[in-house]
Amino acid sequence: MRLRVAIIGSGIIGSCIARVLSMYENFSVTLIEREFDVGWGSSKANSSVIHPGHEEDPERHPLRAKLCKEGNILWRTWAKELDIPVKWPGELMLFFREEEGRARKYIDLAKRNGIPSVKIVPREELLKMEPILNPDVEGAVYAPTTGVIDPFEAVIAVVENAVDNSVKLLTETEVRAIKIAGGEVKGVLTNNGFIDADIIINAAGIHSDEVSHMAGVEPNFKIRPRRGEYILFDEDVEIKPTRVLHTTPTEKTKGVYGLTTIHGNLMIGPTAEDLPPDFKERTSTTNEGLEYLWDKALALFKELPPRSKVIRSFAGLRAEPPDGRWLIRAYMDPWGFINVAGIRSPGFTAAPAIAHYVLNLIRTEYDVKLIKKDRWNPYRRGIVRLADKSLHQIDSLIRKNPDYGEIICYCKLVSKAEILEAIERMRKIGIKTITLDGIKYRTRAGFGRCQGAFCRWKIALLVSQYTQTPLHKVVIKKSPYGIGDVKVLLREG
Amino acid sequence: MERYPSYDVIIIGGGPAGIAAAIRSKELGMKSILIESREILGGVPLQCIHPGFGIHYFKEDLTGTEFISKLLKKMEDINVSYLTRAHVHSIEVRSHNEKVINVITSEGVKRLETKTLIYAAGARERHIFETNIVGDRPDGIYTAGEAQTLMDIYGIMPGKQVVIVGSGDVGLIMARRFALEGAKVVAVIEMMPYPGGLLRNVVQCLYDYDIPLYLSHVIKRVSGRRRVEKVTVSRVDESLRPIKGTEFELRCDTLILATGLIPNIDILERIGVIIDPATRGPVVNEFLETTVPGVFVAGNALIINDSVDNVVNQGELAAEGAHIFIQNDGMPSTGWRPVKKGRNIRSAVPHYISGMRDVTFYARVRAPERMVEVRVPEVDFKRRLHSVRPAEMITFKLPKELLASLKDPKVTLEVVRLCRK
Repeated sequence: MRLRVAIIGSGIIGSCIARVLSMYENFSVTLIEREFDVGWGSSKANSSVIHPGHEEDPERHPLRAKLCKEGNILWRTWAKELDIPVKWPGELMLFFREEEGRARKYIDLAKRNGIPSVKIVPREELLKMEPILNPDVEGAVYAPTTGVIDPFEAVIAVVENAVDNSVKLLTETEVRAIKIAGGEVKGVLTNNGFIDADIIINAAGIHSDEVSHMAGVEPNFKIRPRRGEYILFDEDVEIKPTRVLHTTPTEKTKGVYGLTTIHGNLMIGPTAEDLPPDFKERTSTTNEGLEYLWDKALALFKELPPRSKVIRSFAGLRAEPPDGRWLIRAYMDPWGFINVAGIRSPGFTAAPAIAHYVLNLIRTEYDVKLIKKDRWNPYRRGIVRLADKSLHQIDSLIRKNPDYGEIICYCKLVSKAEILEAIERMRKIGIKTITLDGIKYRTRAGFGRCQGAFCRWKIALLVSQYTQTPLHKVVIKKSPYGIGDVKVLLREG
Repeated sequence: MERYPSYDVIIIGGGPAGIAAAIRSKELGMKSILIESREILGGVPLQCIHPGFGIHYFKEDLTGTEFISKLLKKMEDINVSYLTRAHVHSIEVRSHNEKVINVITSEGVKRLETKTLIYAAGARERHIFETNIVGDRPDGIYTAGEAQTLMDIYGIMPGKQVVIVGSGDVGLIMARRFALEGAKVVAVIEMMPYPGGLLRNVVQCLYDYDIPLYLSHVIKRVSGRRRVEKVTVSRVDESLRPIKGTEFELRCDTLILATGLIPNIDILERIGVIIDPATRGPVVNEFLETTVPGVFVAGNALIINDSVDNVVNQGELAAEGAHIFIQNDGMPSTGWRPVKKGRNIRSAVPHYISGMRDVTFYARVRAPERMVEVRVPEVDFKRRLHSVRPAEMITFKLPKELLASLKDPKVTLEVVRLCRK
């Protein structure tokens, strides 16, 4: 008989675990998500960096060091199989005179962690590699294996592939309680009823402490939300580093990145601000945070683009566990409960490795003899994007499907065909409410310099039409586009 | 991909500037085509159901929709060709009189060859990340244009408790629009110490509906979990910096951004057109030709206008420029004289004049003043104005007879105060 597995949380961690478990006959997996869509927590607002693993202290955080290194390698295969946009530009951790000692520590950490080719690059060579750098820089720690990924598409791709391999996704489903009887987990109680489960995996990110407490384990484990703010610039700015730039971390901060995202935007961030434990929704940006980033960015670059070239600022919350220690553990009491909690940075990098680690926990701790599926599909293709195509390719796409000839988002060149495909894919994985944000993350429509002023209503019209929803009831991110027809207030007084 | 016979002029953008340019091109006998990305011609005025359009052009006060209907009638009468649902993907400049416009349509990619090009693709709205507003990013934030589209094209009410940022005409008109449909317009917030729109609109859109206008105030922060719940407002000092301790909160469910327009000229930047940082539109000569020969620009893609009459005039002028360009295989000039911005002039077009023809100037001031003269000292031009304000474009014509006396290699626009208080 198959083990019924309930994974709580479809961020990058829960989704990767679902995909890995879907390779085996042993499991029947339900992925439970309280939001409308997958990956809407910490997974969507982060640096998008795939870390090499040269920043992890193997004594203090052995699990982080090991799984970060493995994850960096695994993502190379996963990104190919799942058609996730990724690049591997390497990273330069810049140091100034007084910082050299601190920076050299990472050479040592790289050696101890077995991260290849991490070395010091002197100033002259550095300025040749990246002429836009602050000329006062003294040198840098170069880590060639750093990558940059599309974090939204990564989660979506992993879930699409997991669902294709029989994982069931339940969105808009919030876990209220965990049922335990006779020392074993029995299932989860949700707003959508009871879900039977033999194994419950807590991948609830910022809320993973609450879920752990529901199972009665780790009563002292408390997540602190740590806020990270970011600034994103237009694609057309001239200051765009080839490699990922990073300020040298201090005792207090993890350093600020300056990088060119996978879609070609200059991005600066994050800040690192510890919030009170109950501020788990506080993804607000602040003047102080954004000013701090400008200040840090000035240390990285010889000049910055004008502020008028900022197209977005945002903030994400990281789930900071006590002592920065990831809590990945399978319990005997209650049998079947697994915590994958407090997965702060480098959690995204490590996610595929964490998934394999969890699989191994299930195998060893719960004595499961794994049987691989004969027919497991490792592949998933992304949405065909006009923006990546030549004029000739666009022409032949249109001849096959005229919807490619109808441009909805001018800034990012997104066609009606892509919007409709996104809607179709959302339905296919079981998403019940088609949100405009969900379409944005899938198609990039609205990610450009006008931030959707030209296209949001056009996309809403398509959603309205293709989901038979009145236009005003189409959901933007979390609430409807309008309150009714234009006479609703006059009518209702 | 389909190739087409060469055009004399291709007009990009089917709003008032583009339509006017297309009509004039046809009247001048040029082989032309108008390209519009949406399914209908007309552009932004289509969603403007308030009056104030066409007082000069049609000698009638029309709504935007009526204005466009009349303009389109004129266009149909002379059989102007056009393409709708056609997105300009890119422009290739082959030589001074050979350009290829790559257009995406639902029949495929069309490659259109042309001698000249008039770019009239309008402007885009400044969005929240281009303001200094921080905080949450909840639903319930709309640009004024988006809200107007929802209300007046698709009949949807965005929300019921509304705060409007920006007191330009767009902000004022949207405040009235919401009030007319029964929404509570909590406030209009303006950073400057004076309203951004016409005084007439301040009276007719705000005072008549008891809508509070907060001058010298900014929104610092938006808060809301799912939808906008409140905004934090602060007074600003003379240098427009928020004053500590003056913050207060306004509850609302909808935030409308009417914080200005930016010429939509990315595609021109990609072919190397030089941009004026003051207008954020292209640098042009008196025919509205950009720094790339044979590429003209008109309407809000050139400079943000406040009257559709100016927009239409610019479209017609660009068409006349294209005609002269084709007749002479390039723009004839004995040398372009730069237009300098003198006292209290923030922006002005054109940037270069020949001194050989009538020139219409479009300018905006930096700061409001009363009892002033607009002057061009090099040709001893003076025009007295009761007041000037950044919100109101100054338009005046220098006739070629006057320019004939021009000795200086430049001209200067300036605003001079006549008396104190």
